[in-house]
Amino acid sequence: MVDTCFLSQGLTTLAGLLLLPFGSLAASQIEDQAEQFFRSGHTNNWAVLVCTSRFWFNYRHVANTLSVYRSVKRLGIPDSHIVLMLADDMACNPRNPKPATVYSHKNMELNVYGDDVEVDYRSYEVTVENFLRVLTGRIPSSTPRSKRLLSDDRSNILIYMTGHGGNGFLKFQDSEEITNIELADAFEQMWQKRRYNELLFIIDTCQGASMYERFYSPNIMALASSQVGEDSLSHQPDPAVGVHLMDRYTFYVLEFLEEINPASQTNMNDLFQVCPKSLCVSTPGHRTDLFQRDPKNVLITDFFGSVRKVEITTETLSLQPDSGVIESRNLHTVFHSGCTNLHFHQQCTRVLFTCWLALVICCLLKMGILTGMR
Amino acid sequence: MAAAVRIFLLVLLLLGPGGWGQAEPPRDSLREELVITPLPSGDVAATFQFRTRWDSELQREWVSHYRLFPKALGQLISKYSLRELHLSLTQGFWRTRYWGTPFLQAPSGAELWAWFQETVTDVDESWKELSNVLSGIFCASLNFIDSTNTVTPTASFKPLGLANGTDHSFLRYAVLPREVVCTENLTPWKKLLPCSSKAGLSVLLKADRLFHTSYHSQAVHIRPVCRNARCTSVSWELRQTLSVVFDAFVTGQGKKDWSLFRMFSRTLTEPCPLALESRVYVDITSYGQDNETLEVYPPPLTTYQDVILGTRKTYAVYDLLDAAVVSNSRSLNIQLKWKRPPENEAPPVPFLYAQRYVSGYGLQSGELSTLLYNTHPYRAFPVLLLDSVPWYLRLYVHTLTITSKGKENKPSERSPQPAPPPPLPLHVPQHLSSQGYIHYQPAQDRMQPHLLEMLIQLPANSITKVSIQFERALLKWTEYTPDPNHGFYVSPSVLSALVPSVVAAKPGDWEESPLFNSLFPVSDSSSYFVRLYTEPLLVSLPTPDFSMPYNVVCLTCTVVAVCYGSFYNLLTRTFQIEEPRKGGLAKRLANLVRRARGVPPL
Repeated sequence: MVDTCFLSQGLTTLAGLLLLPFGSLAASQIEDQAEQFFRSGHTNNWAVLVCTSRFWFNYRHVANTLSVYRSVKRLGIPDSHIVLMLADDMACNPRNPKPATVYSHKNMELNVYGDDVEVDYRSYEVTVENFLRVLTGRIPSSTPRSKRLLSDDRSNILIYMTGHGGNGFLKFQDSEEITNIELADAFEQMWQKRRYNELLFIIDTCQGASMYERFYSPNIMALASSQVGEDSLSHQPDPAVGVHLMDRYTFYVLEFLEEINPASQTNMNDLFQVCPKSLCVSTPGHRTDLFQRDPKNVLITDFFGSVRKVEITTETLSLQPDSGVIESRNLHTVFHSGCTNLHFHQQCTRVLFTCWLALVICCLLKMGILTGMR
Repeated sequence: MAAAVRIFLLVLLLLGPGGWGQAEPPRDSLREELVITPLPSGDVAATFQFRTRWDSELQREWVSHYRLFPKALGQLISKYSLRELHLSLTQGFWRTRYWGTPFLQAPSGAELWAWFQETVTDVDESWKELSNVLSGIFCASLNFIDSTNTVTPTASFKPLGLANGTDHSFLRYAVLPREVVCTENLTPWKKLLPCSSKAGLSVLLKADRLFHTSYHSQAVHIRPVCRNARCTSVSWELRQTLSVVFDAFVTGQGKKDWSLFRMFSRTLTEPCPLALESRVYVDITSYGQDNETLEVYPPPLTTYQDVILGTRKTYAVYDLLDAAVVSNSRSLNIQLKWKRPPENEAPPVPFLYAQRYVSGYGLQSGELSTLLYNTHPYRAFPVLLLDSVPWYLRLYVHTLTITSKGKENKPSERSPQPAPPPPLPLHVPQHLSSQGYIHYQPAQDRMQPHLLEMLIQLPANSITKVSIQFERALLKWTEYTPDPNHGFYVSPSVLSALVPSVVAAKPGDWEESPLFNSLFPVSDSSSYFVRLYTEPLLVSLPTPDFSMPYNVVCLTCTVVAVCYGSFYNLLTRTFQIEEPRKGGLAKRLANLVRRARGVPPL
């Protein structure tokens, strides 16, 4: 028995030595992790969700906005960080056969209105002026907190707009328009005042790509449901409600977002593929030239969720550049506590894989020893 | 010895915190009630009331610890020096004629009225800020309340809580009839409750059932009340009420049976642990004690009898704090079943109800008429009518006519004499009933609305018609809403009256009794106070065609291009004769090239 213990211990050390290169790889990754932890991009998330259409037959625009609201809330952004603007009331509209509900899927499968909704700007308050004031922060002093966008230079903001639009403009409530130049200037004001760290702009209207053509401020990524000259189409009508429930692009974005949870690693490249021409009929477009990071490094939860970077460890981590000290200590860390760092999602998969590989080899060796012993 | 030591330690412990002279935190209590009333027309009305009472003087002490009383409202009271605040959000209309007198009616849309303390210097500024803050708390567009829809009533509204004097310059009243009520207004209202929607009666508040109703009204009332019988100090009372009327024929598949589960899709499981009282009252008045017409299940352990709104009523009481009530199945689903169909008798008509409408044709002028019905067989009583009409309907006051039973009934125009301060808060100035009272404040364009308050004597068993003619104004094109063809709303009239009771109420402990008796206490028990609202009116204004500027530009440019352009061409162009070109393909190609170069052709 003692012999086997000694032998197994010896083989474990051998395995450990074999895995030293892996360990050093993990060590440098831990170092990167630690560095990135202190060089984090954003610390808080905001969302501004705007529906600009009035009247019952524009039910689908309200459903679009509410489905993004639902996803954003589900992934962690609280109501205090969401500015929701709905230009008309569909849920308690006298023409709604099921009051206090807004459905996104036909046969009333999913009620995106929910039981816990807080709308900040309603009805006649959704105007171009109020929208620009919310973005730029130039609001009258008597505006309550829930109606303000209190972002700072470490905020990632998601801006979603939907309604009826054309080449270079978006219609607000059938009485006024906002042009792409005004929008670009508003974003530049936000940049000058350091009101955002990174901004994701999504628009679901006809000829939506024209709205992001004129952006010139850094750190903006934009998505649109259709190119210039194309119409965005609606998805499916419901015979009980009587109108089209959602637009195609946002319907498929909603289905995509339903798969996301706060720990998921899906990145922006997957969002760009969401609605191909075969499903959407229009060609969704995107613009990333103003964005500094590579879209494949940008997680969906960077904008749609509010994921806090939390690192839980029982070991002390030295951040000196002395590689010798780091290697041996971090080898230990890899085996015992690296695998418990579940919250550091960016580099965790690589560490976990190294961990798993090491353990598997260990187990195989041990099994080999034991069978060899018989 | 050990026991003595223990007793000594116990005494020390008990005296310890108090012994150091620390003030104990103000006590607060929560009482929750649900009253279910079958209405004469077959519908079922359910009224929730959550009363939070806090023994603290917010104005004088600096308060840092909030327990049951919500912090958002407590800070509002101290910051804006409020004496009273009443906010209601309503969808639908209470049909007094068919449903009876309501406990507490509210006008369609949003209604906000507040009394400020005498220490406030600029009441309008505070009012504006208050409406903005409330719009953020309740997710409603109350920020649209401004001077064009705010009035200062002089007689209809009196403080409902403690008051030293009633200087009406500290009162503001506004109604937004266009305001929509939906789940986003219910969510923050529920969050103000101590038990939120997790326990007690508030588990029944599910939005998809509450808005599938004929009438939905939620309100918040804050007022100061006496802490004890001698009224040496003041407590704050927050009352949150929610009234809904379910259309029983829709939900009950044609039968008039109802149950809690069918109405709310939930049953009651436990009382709110923070509540002092948690009760459900079911009105079983009309049907007596016999079980032949109907049956209430589970059978109530106690009944409660009182004079409510002038008539004697019997209620079956279910006390959720009583273990016997919720014991067996851990859930309480109150049901009412009809054993035999009730006789078709005419429903009892309330003594006072009103109706309002717009008449006339065209887009220039019209007439506003209010019909006041007094169905009491022999008693006449006065009613205070408050009308607030927007400035763009220009009222002609000389056309104001009041007729009862065909004869003219004009309130006397003598100005009211100042009355001695009443000992208890009164809700209709009784000293004015013998004289007439009329107060009219004309509108100023884009600044304030019309305000008309009148005291009208309603003769017994009569219909009184109050009518006034108006002319519609043309608004500036920026003042139209994005959907101007929908029309513009006129806020409902307010009727305040002391209606004679059938049965005299016995004066009791008003503060402790449930069922809204304590909201409008009256000194004279032979009548009860009621405040009714009429329907809001929808008036079309002459609306311009907003696409006309575009049409005019297109038309003008076309005309100019065609006419002027043709003349210009005729005058300035010279005409040359051109020989027909003969030649083969090569020559034509060569000419093309020459033309491209700008050289004259061959």
